[in-house]
Amino acid sequence: MSLRHIAFGLGVLIVGVVLVAGVLAPYIAPHDPFAQDLMQRMIPPEWMDGGSALHPFGTDQLGRDYLSRLLYGARISLLIGTLAVVTSGLIGITLGILGGYFGGRVDDVVMFAITCRLSIPLILVALTVVAFVGSSLTVVVLTLGLLLWDRFAVVARTTTMQVRTLDYIAAAQAAGASRLHILSREVLPNILSHLVVVATLEMALAILLEAALSFLGLGVPPPLPSWGLMIAEGKDYMFFSPWVIMIPGIALFVLVLGINLLGDGLRDMLGAGRRP
Amino acid sequence: MNAVLEVANLRVAFANGTQAVRGVSLKVERGETHCLVGESGCGKSVSSLAVMNLLARGATRSADVLRFHDTDLMKLSERHMAALRGDKLAMIFQEPMTSLNPAYTIGSQMAEALTRHRRVSRAKALDRAAELLGRVGITAPGMRLAQYPHQLSGGLRQRVMIAMALMCDPELLIADEPTTALDVTVQAQILRLLQSLQRELGLALLLITHDLGIVARMAQRVSVMYAGEVVESASAEALFAQPTHPYTRGLLACIPIPGASRRDEPLGSIPGVVPRIGPDFQGCGFRDRCAHAAPICAQVAPLQHAAPGHDYLCRLPPDWSAAEAA
Amino acid sequence: MSAAIEVRGLRRVFRGRNGLFGAERVVRAVDGIGFSLAAGDVLGIVGESGCGKSTLGRVIMGLLPPSEGEVLVDGKRLDTLDRRARARLIQPVFQDPFSSLNPRQTIEQIVGLPLAAQGDVSGRQRRERVMEMLSRVGLSPEMAQRLPAQLSGGQRQRVAIARALVLRPRIVVCDEPTSALDVSVQAQILNLLAELRHELGLTYLFISHNLAVVEHIATEVAVMYLGRFVEQAPVDDLFRTPRHPYTRALLASVLTPEPGRGIPDVGLGEAYPDPANIPPGCRFHPRCPIAEARCRTESPEGRRPNGRLVECLLVGDDVAADSLRVPA
Repeated sequence: MSLRHIAFGLGVLIVGVVLVAGVLAPYIAPHDPFAQDLMQRMIPPEWMDGGSALHPFGTDQLGRDYLSRLLYGARISLLIGTLAVVTSGLIGITLGILGGYFGGRVDDVVMFAITCRLSIPLILVALTVVAFVGSSLTVVVLTLGLLLWDRFAVVARTTTMQVRTLDYIAAAQAAGASRLHILSREVLPNILSHLVVVATLEMALAILLEAALSFLGLGVPPPLPSWGLMIAEGKDYMFFSPWVIMIPGIALFVLVLGINLLGDGLRDMLGAGRRP
Repeated sequence: MNAVLEVANLRVAFANGTQAVRGVSLKVERGETHCLVGESGCGKSVSSLAVMNLLARGATRSADVLRFHDTDLMKLSERHMAALRGDKLAMIFQEPMTSLNPAYTIGSQMAEALTRHRRVSRAKALDRAAELLGRVGITAPGMRLAQYPHQLSGGLRQRVMIAMALMCDPELLIADEPTTALDVTVQAQILRLLQSLQRELGLALLLITHDLGIVARMAQRVSVMYAGEVVESASAEALFAQPTHPYTRGLLACIPIPGASRRDEPLGSIPGVVPRIGPDFQGCGFRDRCAHAAPICAQVAPLQHAAPGHDYLCRLPPDWSAAEAA
Repeated sequence: MSAAIEVRGLRRVFRGRNGLFGAERVVRAVDGIGFSLAAGDVLGIVGESGCGKSTLGRVIMGLLPPSEGEVLVDGKRLDTLDRRARARLIQPVFQDPFSSLNPRQTIEQIVGLPLAAQGDVSGRQRRERVMEMLSRVGLSPEMAQRLPAQLSGGQRQRVAIARALVLRPRIVVCDEPTSALDVSVQAQILNLLAELRHELGLTYLFISHNLAVVEHIATEVAVMYLGRFVEQAPVDDLFRTPRHPYTRALLASVLTPEPGRGIPDVGLGEAYPDPANIPPGCRFHPRCPIAEARCRTESPEGRRPNGRLVECLLVGDDVAADSLRVPA
């Protein structure tokens, strides 16, 4: 049992716990995360002075149960992370494989698209989009999905270029296989291990960006319980009640750390044993 | 006179339990070429790395004797071993590109090979480098010294590697498949060069190869390796005139020889694959692929003498013929 | 007898640059090659690395478009056929059985790919034909569900051969099919290729750097140097009376397992052939042990002394005179 295995196990554990918490939130949350109780505002967590067992993580400035909001917030983070990765993955992998496989003009276009994308200031674009169409979960997912595909494209492109030179691609061409077959059955399965690692990195990034956007008021609209939004709403109270931002902050940190550890472990596992 | 290199009962085990080398013994005399021949995975390269103490992490070696002249290499500290490597004990590898540093010129790498071991000035070292490049048949050595490895062709790089190995006047040169990556015409040139250098300098050469043609043309003595063991050891003439181990015979039957092998007949072949040798392996490593295997082969493969200096590891008598054994 | 494959005036040029502002590099990898081969014959193509033999194989198979020239199989121009029709005529076997099989597919999928690509073979038929082919190349039926990583090098090369033959093509282009294999396995694969050729009436282009192997399997041999065939002849003629000085050097450098004969002096200089910089006149003259002044300017292209292609100015119609000129 090396340190690497422990790190990977920790990543699996963290992501697994957050996933279960998010999925089961309606059943395990002690309270309705939207229910306000102005008589019960800013109750500190149970382990602090003035805490109560009724609200293990305390309540926020509107008297909503913090633990319940945190659990529901996990759903938002994971949902946005997953959907943003799926969207950006579809775009980036398609572009990357096309550029890497066909080369020449096609590749020039793909490279130009990647360069353009890297020149776009993420937050500013998100700001503009929200200003025009208003903020909603869908808008956040689409904005992140349409902006985060660059790393997928770069990795898919370079790995495709490597795979393309291998003889089994030439053999498939000589066998009369269609381009679609070659790209989807010969190329894609052999670059997938690299892309899984990118997916974890992008997911972590999407979750952090969602939190940042929500913090700026450009992400998911209140009263949805996003962790970024919780930090934003708590920032006025942070000097007297630091836990209001520390609890969602730590949750965010732990989840992102877990995803990254998971990604590192996957890279080690998939990287080895690919070629004997 | 003492052998330059003497190895007895060398064993190497990998961390996963694989016995890569199982009791290899050999001697290389001054001015002699000893060929270690076998197919991939037979342990020939691992044996040479074990001699140089360059085994990968996790691999362990043991030996009854591992002596370079009078120096016991098993007892040598890594620091002293490093001082010996590249000095009196030199090695060249199959792919010269990976053993040359792409960021330094040929000249500075060759000079460093000398200044690392001897107290000589850089200018003197460069002079010697130029002299040796000329000796290995490189024209305009002065120009080559200023070049980088990628500017040279494969054949030239291998000549540079040989010249570099000679910088400190080694007494033993271990060459691991030195011409496998080269074209046949270049291979012949490089082998000729090695042969003439060896005669002039009295080098002891341990040549590791899979190519029986090279063995026949270069070796005085041959050790045929299979599954981590030397299964037959003889002078080159004796080995090719009277191959005795079934594996040696099988291997010789496999190679097409222009003008000699019949084109309309299939080549001989050895069925099956090399077994993985675990810690509990017993008996003959070749028995699963051998047409003449008997129940006894699962227990032991005795060491027998076909003639003075001609040993083999098999139950069959020295003059066995395929018809009788069947 | 009509030719199974005919190649006419084939050229392939690669253009590149050394860096952004470097001079343009034009590599003439295949520089005017033509031959025809009767059905059932084996053309061995020998030459050293960088001579363009692998590029030639890829251009012939249509994996690289030619810059000039055409390839006809059974009288049909390959470049006018769609991918399915072409696949039925010509198939490859590559050198490295580790990179020529998709590591994520089972052996059955790999061998069945050419059939699947045809689009008109039912799943059951496909399975039957794959199984038949596997047994034909000496693999047991249980291999079908394995992955390439679970097979040895020799077994993988058998799979590659099964894939190449499952459509029963006319031509099989073997690009160094045994170079990555151990000697004992090499012999098995050579025997298998020879056997299948007789059984199925195949025609091979057999590209190799190993002259002993080519001598064993080929009926006709072409010696390639810097993009051209410099000598071509039936195998016995070429090995018994090599006429081009390069052919002689190649033959001399074959190390047969005969102790006591020493390492031959091939007589070639240190100059290394560079396909981006093909010398004028005879392209072999910088390395040629018998080159004369006119070899530097005069081109020997297309010379056929005695009816045999020998692109050398110094080789005349008198075979006996050649052997005096070049010390073998």
